[in-house]
Amino acid sequence: MALLERTASTHPAVEISGVTLNYFTPERETLALSNVSLTVAQGEFVAIVGSSGCGKSTLLSMVSGLLPPSRGSIRIDGHEVTKPSPRVGYMFQKDTLLDWRTILDNVVIGAELLGLNMKASRRRAEDLLVRYGLGEFLHSLPSQLSGGMRQRAALARTLCCEPDLLLLDEPFSALDYQTRLALSDEVAGILSAEQKTVILVTHDISEAVSMADRVIVMSRRPGRIKSEHHIAFPSFGSSRPTPFQARKCSEFAGYFQTIWDELDIHQIQ
Amino acid sequence: MMTSAKAVLSHFSRSAPAAAAQAPAPSPAYAAYLKALRHRTMTIQLWQIGLVAALLILWEVAPRAGWINPMLTSYPSAVARTFMKMLEDGTLQTHTLATVLETVVGFVGGMLLGTFCAVALWWSSYLYRVLDPFIVVLNAIPKIALVPIFYIWLGDVASIYAMAIAISVFVTILMLYTGFQSIDPDKIRLVRLFGASRLKVLTKIVLPGSVPTMIAALKVNVGLALVGVVVGEFQSAKAGLGYLITYGSQIFQMNLVMTAIVVLAVISSLLFAGIQWLEASALRRHGSAGSGN
Repeated sequence: MALLERTASTHPAVEISGVTLNYFTPERETLALSNVSLTVAQGEFVAIVGSSGCGKSTLLSMVSGLLPPSRGSIRIDGHEVTKPSPRVGYMFQKDTLLDWRTILDNVVIGAELLGLNMKASRRRAEDLLVRYGLGEFLHSLPSQLSGGMRQRAALARTLCCEPDLLLLDEPFSALDYQTRLALSDEVAGILSAEQKTVILVTHDISEAVSMADRVIVMSRRPGRIKSEHHIAFPSFGSSRPTPFQARKCSEFAGYFQTIWDELDIHQIQ
Repeated sequence: MMTSAKAVLSHFSRSAPAAAAQAPAPSPAYAAYLKALRHRTMTIQLWQIGLVAALLILWEVAPRAGWINPMLTSYPSAVARTFMKMLEDGTLQTHTLATVLETVVGFVGGMLLGTFCAVALWWSSYLYRVLDPFIVVLNAIPKIALVPIFYIWLGDVASIYAMAIAISVFVTILMLYTGFQSIDPDKIRLVRLFGASRLKVLTKIVLPGSVPTMIAALKVNVGLALVGVVVGEFQSAKAGLGYLITYGSQIFQMNLVMTAIVVLAVISSLLFAGIQWLEASALRRHGSAGSGN
Protein backbone atom coordinates (compact mmCIF):
# COMPACT_ATOMS: atom_id res chain seq x y z
CA MET A 1 0.00 0.00 0.00
CA ALA A 2 2.78 2.35 1.00
CA LEU A 3 4.52 1.47 -2.23
CA LEU A 4 1.47 2.44 -4.30
CA GLU A 5 1.22 5.78 -2.56
CA ARG A 6 4.86 6.48 -3.17
CA THR A 7 4.61 5.50 -6.82
CA ALA A 8 1.70 7.84 -7.16
CA SER A 9 3.61 10.73 -5.59
CA THR A 10 4.25 13.65 -7.88
CA HIS A 11 8.01 13.70 -7.34
CA PRO A 12 10.39 11.76 -9.50
CA ALA A 13 12.49 9.24 -7.56
CA VAL A 14 15.74 11.06 -8.29
CA GLU A 15 16.25 14.54 -9.63
CA ILE A 16 19.81 15.55 -10.45
CA SER A 17 19.95 19.14 -11.61
CA GLY A 18 22.95 21.04 -12.83
CA VAL A 19 25.45 19.04 -10.80
CA THR A 20 29.09 19.99 -11.16
CA LEU A 21 31.99 18.56 -9.19
CA ASN A 22 35.49 19.92 -8.88
CA TYR A 23 38.07 18.26 -6.79
CA PHE A 24 41.46 19.45 -5.76
CA THR A 25 44.79 17.74 -5.34
CA PRO A 26 48.09 19.57 -4.69
CA GLU A 27 49.00 18.98 -8.34
CA ARG A 28 45.85 20.14 -10.06
CA GLU A 29 42.22 21.03 -10.00
CA THR A 30 39.99 18.52 -11.76
CA LEU A 31 36.55 19.13 -13.19
CA ALA A 32 35.08 15.66 -12.73
CA LEU A 33 31.48 16.34 -13.66
CA SER A 34 30.10 19.27 -15.57
CA ASN A 35 26.49 20.35 -15.40
CA VAL A 36 24.86 16.93 -15.19
CA SER A 37 21.06 16.80 -15.07
CA LEU A 38 19.07 13.60 -14.94
CA THR A 39 15.64 12.57 -13.74
CA VAL A 40 14.76 9.03 -12.77
CA ALA A 41 11.10 8.05 -12.43
CA GLN A 42 9.73 5.89 -9.63
CA GLY A 43 10.36 2.22 -10.40
CA GLU A 44 12.58 2.98 -13.36
CA PHE A 45 15.84 1.10 -14.05
CA VAL A 46 18.46 3.49 -15.42
CA ALA A 47 21.94 2.44 -16.45
CA ILE A 48 24.80 4.89 -16.80
CA VAL A 49 27.64 3.83 -19.07
CA GLY A 50 30.89 5.58 -19.72
CA SER A 51 34.56 4.86 -20.02
CA SER A 52 36.55 4.58 -16.82
CA GLY A 53 37.27 7.89 -15.15
CA CYS A 54 34.22 9.64 -16.59
CA GLY A 55 32.84 10.30 -13.14
CA LYS A 56 29.92 7.87 -13.24
CA SER A 57 30.82 6.32 -9.88
CA THR A 58 31.36 9.80 -8.47
CA LEU A 59 27.85 10.71 -9.56
CA LEU A 60 26.55 7.67 -7.68
CA SER A 61 28.49 8.71 -4.56
CA MET A 62 26.80 12.09 -4.72
CA VAL A 63 23.33 10.56 -5.07
CA SER A 64 24.11 8.38 -2.03
CA GLY A 65 24.92 11.49 0.01
CA LEU A 66 28.54 10.57 0.71
CA LEU A 67 29.89 13.38 -1.46
CA PRO A 68 28.35 16.85 -1.80
CA PRO A 69 28.31 18.37 -5.31
CA SER A 70 30.31 21.55 -5.87
CA ARG A 71 27.28 23.10 -7.60
CA GLY A 72 23.78 21.98 -8.38
CA SER A 73 21.41 19.86 -6.37
CA ILE A 74 20.26 16.29 -5.99
CA ARG A 75 16.78 15.45 -4.75
CA ILE A 76 15.38 12.09 -3.80
CA ASP A 77 11.57 12.00 -3.59
CA GLY A 78 11.66 15.77 -3.58
CA HIS A 79 14.05 16.06 -0.62
CA GLU A 80 17.50 17.52 -1.05
CA VAL A 81 20.25 14.98 -0.35
CA THR A 82 22.64 16.15 2.36
CA LYS A 83 23.74 12.92 4.00
CA PRO A 84 23.34 9.16 3.48
CA SER A 85 19.82 7.88 3.98
CA PRO A 86 18.64 4.34 4.82
CA ARG A 87 16.08 4.67 2.01
CA VAL A 88 18.95 4.46 -0.46
CA GLY A 89 20.80 1.17 -0.90
CA TYR A 90 24.27 0.96 -2.40
CA MET A 91 26.06 -2.00 -3.92
CA PHE A 92 29.77 -1.92 -4.56
CA GLN A 93 31.94 -3.58 -7.18
CA LYS A 94 33.48 -5.70 -4.45
CA ASP A 95 31.09 -7.39 -2.06
CA THR A 96 32.71 -5.60 0.93
CA LEU A 97 31.51 -8.33 3.27
CA LEU A 98 33.27 -8.13 6.63
CA ASP A 99 35.43 -11.23 6.96
CA TRP A 100 35.02 -11.46 10.72
CA ARG A 101 31.22 -11.52 10.68
CA THR A 102 29.00 -14.41 9.69
CA ILE A 103 26.86 -13.94 6.59
CA LEU A 104 23.79 -13.25 8.72
CA ASP A 105 25.66 -10.69 10.84
CA ASN A 106 26.93 -9.06 7.65
CA VAL A 107 23.43 -8.72 6.28
CA VAL A 108 22.04 -7.09 9.43
CA ILE A 109 24.92 -4.60 9.83
CA GLY A 110 22.77 -1.80 8.40
CA ALA A 111 19.99 -2.43 10.90
CA GLU A 112 22.59 -2.62 13.65
CA LEU A 113 24.10 0.76 12.73
CA LEU A 114 20.72 2.39 12.21
CA GLY A 115 19.47 1.09 15.55
CA LEU A 116 16.52 -0.76 14.03
CA ASN A 117 14.68 -3.64 15.63
CA MET A 118 17.29 -6.40 15.48
CA LYS A 119 14.87 -9.28 15.86
CA ALA A 120 12.76 -8.23 12.89
CA SER A 121 15.85 -7.42 10.81
CA ARG A 122 17.38 -10.78 11.58
CA ARG A 123 14.18 -12.48 10.47
CA ARG A 124 14.09 -10.47 7.26
CA ALA A 125 17.78 -11.16 6.63
CA GLU A 126 17.28 -14.89 7.10
CA ASP A 127 14.30 -14.77 4.78
CA LEU A 128 16.26 -12.94 2.06
CA LEU A 129 19.27 -15.24 2.37
CA VAL A 130 17.09 -18.33 2.12
CA ARG A 131 15.42 -16.89 -0.96
CA TYR A 132 18.82 -16.20 -2.57
CA GLY A 133 19.91 -19.78 -1.97
CA LEU A 134 22.19 -19.03 0.98
CA GLY A 135 20.04 -20.70 3.63
CA GLU A 136 22.79 -23.17 4.50
CA PHE A 137 25.36 -20.42 4.93
CA LEU A 138 23.68 -18.11 7.46
CA HIS A 139 26.38 -18.80 10.03
CA SER A 140 29.30 -19.28 7.66
CA LEU A 141 32.07 -16.75 7.28
CA PRO A 142 32.36 -14.93 3.92
CA SER A 143 35.65 -16.71 3.13
CA GLN A 144 33.71 -19.98 2.87
CA LEU A 145 31.53 -18.66 0.02
CA SER A 146 32.16 -18.33 -3.71
CA GLY A 147 32.28 -14.94 -5.44
CA GLY A 148 28.71 -15.17 -6.75
CA MET A 149 27.37 -16.25 -3.36
CA ARG A 150 29.21 -13.40 -1.66
CA GLN A 151 27.72 -10.86 -4.07
CA ARG A 152 24.24 -12.31 -3.43
CA ALA A 153 24.85 -11.90 0.30
CA ALA A 154 25.84 -8.29 -0.43
CA LEU A 155 22.55 -7.82 -2.30
CA ALA A 156 20.69 -9.22 0.72
CA ARG A 157 22.56 -6.73 2.92
CA THR A 158 21.55 -3.88 0.59
CA LEU A 159 17.89 -4.93 0.50
CA CYS A 160 17.63 -5.82 4.20
CA CYS A 161 16.85 -2.22 5.19
CA GLU A 162 14.19 -2.04 2.47
CA PRO A 163 15.52 0.89 0.44
CA ASP A 164 13.32 2.41 -2.28
CA LEU A 165 16.26 3.45 -4.42
CA LEU A 166 19.17 1.20 -5.31
CA LEU A 167 22.53 2.42 -6.51
CA LEU A 168 24.56 -0.33 -8.16
CA ASP A 169 28.21 0.53 -8.77
CA GLU A 170 29.44 -2.11 -11.24
CA PRO A 171 28.22 -4.82 -8.89
CA PHE A 172 29.01 -7.70 -11.25
CA SER A 173 32.33 -6.65 -12.71
CA ALA A 174 34.45 -8.53 -10.17
CA LEU A 175 32.74 -11.83 -11.05
CA ASP A 176 33.62 -14.32 -13.75
CA TYR A 177 31.58 -14.16 -16.97
CA GLN A 178 29.14 -17.02 -16.32
CA THR A 179 28.42 -15.95 -12.76
CA ARG A 180 27.95 -12.40 -13.97
CA LEU A 181 25.29 -13.37 -16.50
CA ALA A 182 23.47 -15.65 -14.06
CA LEU A 183 23.59 -13.15 -11.22
CA SER A 184 22.48 -10.15 -13.31
CA ASP A 185 19.47 -12.23 -14.36
CA GLU A 186 18.71 -13.03 -10.73
CA VAL A 187 19.18 -9.46 -9.53
CA ALA A 188 17.06 -8.02 -12.33
CA GLY A 189 14.31 -10.47 -11.38
CA ILE A 190 14.47 -9.57 -7.70
CA LEU A 191 14.53 -5.82 -8.32
CA SER A 192 11.67 -5.78 -10.82
CA ALA A 193 9.58 -8.00 -8.53
CA GLU A 194 10.12 -5.52 -5.70
CA GLN A 195 9.55 -2.54 -8.04
CA LYS A 196 12.67 -0.76 -6.92
CA THR A 197 14.07 2.33 -8.57
CA VAL A 198 17.57 1.47 -9.73
CA ILE A 199 20.57 3.38 -11.01
CA LEU A 200 23.23 1.03 -12.36
CA VAL A 201 26.68 2.29 -13.20
CA THR A 202 28.69 0.06 -15.50
CA HIS A 203 31.24 0.06 -18.28
CA ASP A 204 29.67 -3.10 -19.71
CA ILE A 205 27.37 -1.98 -22.53
CA SER A 206 25.61 -5.33 -22.90
CA GLU A 207 24.90 -5.43 -19.18
CA ALA A 208 23.36 -1.96 -19.37
CA VAL A 209 21.25 -2.69 -22.46
CA SER A 210 20.03 -6.04 -21.15
CA MET A 211 19.00 -4.77 -17.70
CA ALA A 212 17.88 -1.16 -18.00
CA ASP A 213 14.81 0.71 -19.21
CA ARG A 214 17.01 3.62 -20.17
CA VAL A 215 20.74 3.88 -20.83
CA ILE A 216 22.58 7.14 -20.23
CA VAL A 217 25.90 7.59 -22.02
CA MET A 218 28.45 9.82 -20.35
CA SER A 219 31.35 11.54 -22.06
CA ARG A 220 34.88 11.35 -20.86
CA ARG A 221 36.15 13.78 -18.24
CA PRO A 222 34.73 16.23 -17.50
CA GLY A 223 31.70 13.91 -17.32
CA ARG A 224 28.64 15.15 -19.16
CA ILE A 225 25.53 13.38 -20.31
CA LYS A 226 26.12 12.72 -23.98
CA SER A 227 22.94 10.92 -24.93
CA GLU A 228 20.21 8.70 -23.62
CA HIS A 229 18.49 5.66 -25.08
CA HIS A 230 15.14 4.20 -24.15
CA ILE A 231 15.50 0.46 -24.35
CA ALA A 232 12.54 -1.60 -25.54
CA PHE A 233 12.29 -5.04 -27.04
CA PRO A 234 9.05 -5.09 -29.10
CA SER A 235 10.14 -8.37 -30.69
CA PHE A 236 9.79 -10.04 -27.30
CA GLY A 237 6.19 -8.95 -26.88
CA SER A 238 4.66 -6.67 -24.30
CA SER A 239 6.38 -8.11 -21.22
CA ARG A 240 9.93 -7.23 -20.27
CA PRO A 241 12.53 -9.86 -21.18
CA THR A 242 15.02 -11.00 -18.54
CA PRO A 243 18.56 -9.80 -19.21
CA PHE A 244 19.45 -13.21 -20.59
CA GLN A 245 16.48 -13.21 -22.98
CA ALA A 246 17.15 -9.59 -23.91
CA ARG A 247 20.62 -10.51 -25.14
CA LYS A 248 19.00 -12.80 -27.70
CA CYS A 249 16.45 -10.22 -28.97
CA SER A 250 16.93 -8.77 -32.43
CA GLU A 251 17.05 -5.17 -31.13
CA PHE A 252 19.94 -5.90 -28.78
CA ALA A 253 22.77 -5.66 -31.33
CA GLY A 254 21.48 -2.32 -32.61
CA TYR A 255 21.47 -0.72 -29.17
CA PHE A 256 24.88 -2.17 -28.45
CA GLN A 257 26.36 -0.76 -31.67
CA THR A 258 24.87 2.71 -31.20
CA ILE A 259 26.16 3.02 -27.65
CA TRP A 260 29.53 1.53 -28.54
CA ASP A 261 29.97 4.17 -31.25
CA GLU A 262 29.05 6.95 -28.85
CA LEU A 263 31.54 5.83 -26.22
CA ASP A 264 34.53 6.41 -28.53
CA ILE A 265 36.30 3.52 -26.87
CA HIS A 266 38.71 3.13 -29.79
CA GLN A 267 40.18 6.55 -28.97
CA ILE A 268 41.45 5.33 -25.61
CA GLN A 269 43.45 2.43 -26.97
CA MET B 1 64.83 -25.75 21.57
CA MET B 2 62.43 -23.41 19.83
CA THR B 3 62.66 -25.09 16.48
CA SER B 4 62.11 -28.54 17.91
CA ALA B 5 59.02 -27.33 19.78
CA LYS B 6 57.74 -25.83 16.52
CA ALA B 7 58.51 -29.02 14.64
CA VAL B 8 56.49 -31.01 17.16
CA LEU B 9 53.59 -28.60 16.80
CA SER B 10 53.66 -28.69 13.02
CA HIS B 11 53.98 -32.45 13.09
CA PHE B 12 50.77 -32.74 15.06
CA SER B 13 48.88 -30.24 12.95
CA ARG B 14 50.02 -31.96 9.78
CA SER B 15 49.17 -35.48 10.87
CA ALA B 16 45.56 -34.60 11.70
CA PRO B 17 44.34 -33.79 8.15
CA ALA B 18 46.53 -36.55 6.78
CA ALA B 19 44.70 -39.06 8.97
CA ALA B 20 41.34 -37.67 7.85
CA ALA B 21 42.31 -37.91 4.21
CA GLN B 22 43.52 -41.43 4.76
CA ALA B 23 40.03 -42.73 5.60
CA PRO B 24 38.77 -43.58 2.06
CA ALA B 25 41.11 -46.47 1.11
CA PRO B 26 44.43 -44.84 0.13
CA SER B 27 46.15 -45.98 -3.04
CA PRO B 28 49.56 -47.62 -2.56
CA ALA B 29 51.25 -44.54 -4.03
CA TYR B 30 49.47 -42.28 -1.55
CA ALA B 31 50.37 -44.59 1.35
CA ALA B 32 53.99 -44.46 0.23
CA TYR B 33 53.78 -40.67 0.02
CA LEU B 34 52.44 -40.45 3.58
CA LYS B 35 55.10 -42.83 4.81
CA ALA B 36 57.83 -40.75 3.18
CA LEU B 37 56.33 -37.63 4.74
CA ARG B 38 56.33 -39.20 8.22
CA HIS B 39 59.85 -40.49 7.71
CA ARG B 40 61.04 -37.01 6.72
CA THR B 41 59.39 -35.40 9.75
CA MET B 42 60.92 -38.02 12.02
CA THR B 43 64.44 -37.60 10.69
CA ILE B 44 64.16 -33.82 11.05
CA GLN B 45 63.21 -34.24 14.69
CA LEU B 46 66.02 -36.72 15.25
CA TRP B 47 68.47 -34.21 13.82
CA GLN B 48 67.15 -31.52 16.13
CA ILE B 49 67.40 -33.70 19.23
CA GLY B 50 70.82 -34.88 18.10
CA LEU B 51 72.09 -31.32 17.67
CA VAL B 52 70.98 -30.36 21.18
CA ALA B 53 72.54 -33.52 22.62
CA ALA B 54 75.80 -32.96 20.72
CA LEU B 55 76.00 -29.39 21.94
CA LEU B 56 75.40 -30.45 25.57
CA ILE B 57 78.01 -33.20 25.34
CA LEU B 58 80.57 -30.89 23.79
CA TRP B 59 79.83 -28.27 26.44
CA GLU B 60 80.29 -30.88 29.19
CA VAL B 61 83.40 -32.54 27.76
CA ALA B 62 85.36 -29.53 26.52
CA PRO B 63 85.93 -27.89 29.94
CA ARG B 64 86.54 -31.23 31.67
CA ALA B 65 89.13 -32.25 29.07
CA GLY B 66 90.85 -28.94 29.60
CA TRP B 67 90.17 -27.64 26.03
CA ILE B 68 88.57 -24.51 27.47
CA ASN B 69 88.62 -22.86 30.88
CA PRO B 70 85.58 -24.05 32.92
CA MET B 71 85.59 -20.64 34.63
CA LEU B 72 84.48 -19.14 31.32
CA THR B 73 81.78 -21.58 30.25
CA SER B 74 80.76 -23.69 33.26
CA TYR B 75 79.29 -27.04 32.16
CA PRO B 76 75.79 -28.53 31.89
CA SER B 77 76.02 -30.76 34.97
CA ALA B 78 77.08 -27.78 37.09
CA VAL B 79 74.33 -25.64 35.57
CA ALA B 80 71.83 -28.40 36.33
CA ARG B 81 73.04 -28.56 39.96
CA THR B 82 72.71 -24.79 40.34
CA PHE B 83 69.31 -24.96 38.67
CA MET B 84 68.07 -27.61 41.15
CA LYS B 85 69.53 -25.80 44.14
CA MET B 86 67.90 -22.52 43.16
CA LEU B 87 64.64 -24.33 42.50
CA GLU B 88 64.74 -25.83 45.99
CA ASP B 89 65.45 -22.59 47.84
CA GLY B 90 62.89 -20.76 45.65
CA THR B 91 65.25 -18.06 44.33
CA LEU B 92 64.78 -19.24 40.73
CA GLN B 93 61.02 -18.92 40.98
CA THR B 94 61.31 -15.41 42.44
CA HIS B 95 63.62 -14.19 39.69
CA THR B 96 61.70 -15.89 36.88
CA LEU B 97 58.39 -14.58 38.12
CA ALA B 98 59.79 -11.06 38.34
CA THR B 99 61.02 -11.16 34.74
CA VAL B 100 57.85 -12.76 33.36
CA LEU B 101 55.63 -10.26 35.17
CA GLU B 102 57.65 -7.30 33.91
CA THR B 103 57.60 -8.67 30.37
CA VAL B 104 53.85 -9.29 30.33
CA VAL B 105 53.11 -5.87 31.81
CA GLY B 106 55.58 -4.37 29.35
CA PHE B 107 54.11 -5.79 26.17
CA VAL B 108 50.51 -5.40 27.28
CA GLY B 109 51.31 -1.79 28.21
CA GLY B 110 53.15 -1.27 24.93
CA MET B 111 50.24 -2.72 22.98
CA LEU B 112 47.61 -0.63 24.78
CA LEU B 113 49.56 2.60 24.58
CA GLY B 114 50.56 1.89 20.98
CA THR B 115 46.98 1.09 19.95
CA PHE B 116 45.72 4.24 21.64
CA CYS B 117 48.29 6.41 19.85
CA ALA B 118 47.64 4.69 16.50
CA VAL B 119 43.89 5.34 16.91
CA ALA B 120 44.59 9.00 17.70
CA LEU B 121 46.73 9.32 14.57
CA TRP B 122 44.07 7.56 12.46
CA TRP B 123 41.43 9.85 13.91
CA SER B 124 43.26 13.02 12.96
CA SER B 125 45.37 12.94 9.83
CA TYR B 126 46.54 16.43 10.78
CA LEU B 127 47.97 15.09 14.03
CA TYR B 128 49.60 12.32 12.05
CA ARG B 129 51.24 14.80 9.69
CA VAL B 130 52.52 16.79 12.68
CA LEU B 131 53.89 13.82 14.64
CA ASP B 132 55.00 11.49 11.85
CA PRO B 133 58.69 12.52 11.70
CA PHE B 134 59.02 12.36 15.49
CA ILE B 135 57.59 8.86 15.67
CA VAL B 136 59.88 7.66 12.90
CA VAL B 137 62.94 9.11 14.66
CA LEU B 138 61.89 7.80 18.08
CA ASN B 139 61.38 4.38 16.53
CA ALA B 140 64.86 4.49 15.02
CA ILE B 141 66.63 5.50 18.27
CA PRO B 142 68.13 2.50 20.03
CA LYS B 143 65.91 2.53 23.11
CA ILE B 144 68.59 0.69 25.10
CA ALA B 145 70.46 3.99 25.19
CA LEU B 146 67.69 5.34 27.43
CA VAL B 147 68.19 2.75 30.19
CA PRO B 148 70.40 4.94 32.41
CA ILE B 149 68.10 7.94 31.96
CA PHE B 150 65.03 5.91 32.86
CA TYR B 151 66.88 4.63 35.93
CA ILE B 152 67.65 8.15 37.11
CA TRP B 153 64.17 9.49 36.33
CA LEU B 154 61.97 6.59 37.38
CA GLY B 155 63.90 4.52 39.91
CA ASP B 156 64.70 0.83 39.94
CA VAL B 157 61.22 -0.70 39.45
CA ALA B 158 59.40 1.72 37.16
CA SER B 159 62.40 2.08 34.86
CA ILE B 160 62.16 -1.61 33.88
CA TYR B 161 58.49 -1.30 32.91
CA ALA B 162 59.26 1.95 31.11
CA MET B 163 62.02 0.24 29.16
CA ALA B 164 59.79 -2.66 28.13
CA ILE B 165 57.07 -0.25 26.98
CA ALA B 166 59.44 2.18 25.28
CA ILE B 167 61.06 -0.56 23.23
CA SER B 168 57.74 -1.87 21.90
CA VAL B 169 55.44 1.13 21.67
CA PHE B 170 56.78 2.92 18.58
CA VAL B 171 56.89 -0.18 16.46
CA THR B 172 53.31 -0.90 17.57
CA ILE B 173 52.18 2.59 16.58
CA LEU B 174 53.75 2.35 13.14
CA MET B 175 52.51 -1.18 12.46
CA LEU B 176 48.95 -0.49 13.59
CA TYR B 177 48.69 2.88 11.84
CA THR B 178 49.79 1.27 8.58
CA GLY B 179 47.26 -1.50 9.21
CA PHE B 180 44.47 1.02 9.85
CA GLN B 181 45.32 2.86 6.64
CA SER B 182 45.17 -0.31 4.58
CA ILE B 183 41.56 -1.08 5.51
CA ASP B 184 39.45 -1.24 2.34
CA PRO B 185 37.94 2.26 1.93
CA ASP B 186 34.78 0.72 0.46
CA LYS B 187 34.14 -1.00 3.79
CA ILE B 188 34.33 2.37 5.49
CA ARG B 189 31.98 3.86 2.88
CA LEU B 190 29.63 0.94 3.48
CA VAL B 191 29.11 1.77 7.15
CA ARG B 192 29.05 5.50 6.47
CA LEU B 193 26.13 4.84 4.10
CA PHE B 194 24.31 3.49 7.14
CA GLY B 195 25.01 6.74 8.96
CA ALA B 196 27.99 5.49 10.99
CA SER B 197 29.94 8.09 12.98
CA ARG B 198 33.73 8.08 13.02
CA LEU B 199 33.63 6.19 16.32
CA LYS B 200 31.41 3.52 14.75
CA VAL B 201 33.74 3.29 11.75
CA LEU B 202 36.53 2.66 14.24
CA THR B 203 34.74 0.04 16.33
CA LYS B 204 32.86 -1.75 13.54
CA ILE B 205 35.44 -1.73 10.75
CA VAL B 206 38.91 -0.43 11.56
CA LEU B 207 39.60 -2.24 14.85
CA PRO B 208 38.05 -5.62 13.99
CA GLY B 209 39.60 -5.43 10.53
CA SER B 210 43.03 -4.90 12.09
CA VAL B 211 43.06 -8.02 14.25
CA PRO B 212 45.67 -9.74 12.03
CA THR B 213 47.89 -6.64 12.23
CA MET B 214 47.49 -6.53 16.00
CA ILE B 215 48.58 -10.15 16.31
CA ALA B 216 51.58 -9.47 14.11
CA ALA B 217 52.46 -6.52 16.37
CA LEU B 218 51.99 -8.69 19.44
CA LYS B 219 54.41 -11.24 18.01
CA VAL B 220 57.08 -8.60 17.49
CA ASN B 221 56.41 -7.05 20.88
CA VAL B 222 56.79 -10.16 23.01
CA GLY B 223 60.40 -10.51 21.90
CA LEU B 224 61.08 -6.78 22.17
CA ALA B 225 59.56 -6.48 25.64
CA LEU B 226 61.72 -9.34 26.91
CA VAL B 227 64.81 -7.56 25.56
CA GLY B 228 63.69 -4.33 27.26
CA VAL B 229 63.11 -6.07 30.58
CA VAL B 230 66.42 -7.92 30.64
CA VAL B 231 68.37 -4.82 29.69
CA GLY B 232 66.43 -2.81 32.29
CA GLU B 233 67.29 -5.42 34.88
CA PHE B 234 70.98 -5.24 33.98
CA GLN B 235 70.96 -1.64 35.14
CA SER B 236 68.65 -1.41 38.03
CA ALA B 237 66.97 -4.50 39.37
CA LYS B 238 67.17 -6.28 42.68
CA ALA B 239 65.48 -9.33 41.17
CA GLY B 240 64.87 -10.94 37.78
CA LEU B 241 66.88 -13.00 35.32
CA GLY B 242 68.69 -9.98 33.92
CA TYR B 243 69.82 -9.20 37.46
CA LEU B 244 71.01 -12.81 37.90
CA ILE B 245 73.06 -12.53 34.72
CA THR B 246 74.88 -9.33 35.75
CA TYR B 247 75.28 -10.50 39.34
CA GLY B 248 76.61 -13.91 38.24
CA SER B 249 79.09 -12.38 35.83
CA GLN B 250 80.34 -9.85 38.41
CA ILE B 251 81.17 -12.61 40.93
CA PHE B 252 82.33 -14.87 38.07
CA GLN B 253 79.66 -17.50 38.75
CA MET B 254 79.05 -18.81 35.23
CA ASN B 255 76.65 -21.45 36.59
CA LEU B 256 74.31 -18.68 37.60
CA VAL B 257 74.63 -16.85 34.27
CA MET B 258 74.03 -19.99 32.21
CA THR B 259 71.06 -21.02 34.35
CA ALA B 260 69.45 -17.62 33.83
CA ILE B 261 70.04 -17.79 30.07
CA VAL B 262 68.52 -21.27 29.83
CA VAL B 263 65.43 -20.09 31.74
CA LEU B 264 65.18 -17.03 29.45
CA ALA B 265 65.25 -19.31 26.41
CA VAL B 266 62.43 -21.39 27.89
CA ILE B 267 60.37 -18.29 28.74
CA SER B 268 60.71 -16.80 25.28
CA SER B 269 59.78 -20.14 23.69
CA LEU B 270 56.68 -20.41 25.84
CA LEU B 271 55.62 -16.81 25.21
CA PHE B 272 56.09 -17.28 21.49
CA ALA B 273 54.14 -20.54 21.47
CA GLY B 274 51.37 -18.80 23.42
CA ILE B 275 51.16 -16.00 20.84
CA GLN B 276 51.12 -18.54 18.04
CA TRP B 277 48.22 -20.32 19.64
CA LEU B 278 46.44 -16.98 20.07
CA GLU B 279 47.13 -16.15 16.42
CA ALA B 280 45.72 -19.43 15.16
CA SER B 281 42.53 -19.16 17.20
CA ALA B 282 41.99 -15.44 16.53
CA LEU B 283 42.54 -15.74 12.79
CA ARG B 284 40.20 -18.70 12.61
CA ARG B 285 37.51 -16.63 14.28
CA HIS B 286 38.44 -13.61 12.17
CA GLY B 287 37.67 -15.61 9.05
CA SER B 288 40.68 -14.67 7.00
CA ALA B 289 44.12 -16.14 6.69
CA GLY B 290 45.62 -12.83 7.70
CA SER B 291 44.72 -10.72 4.68
CA GLY B 292 42.43 -8.42 6.62
CA ASN B 293 40.37 -7.68 3.56
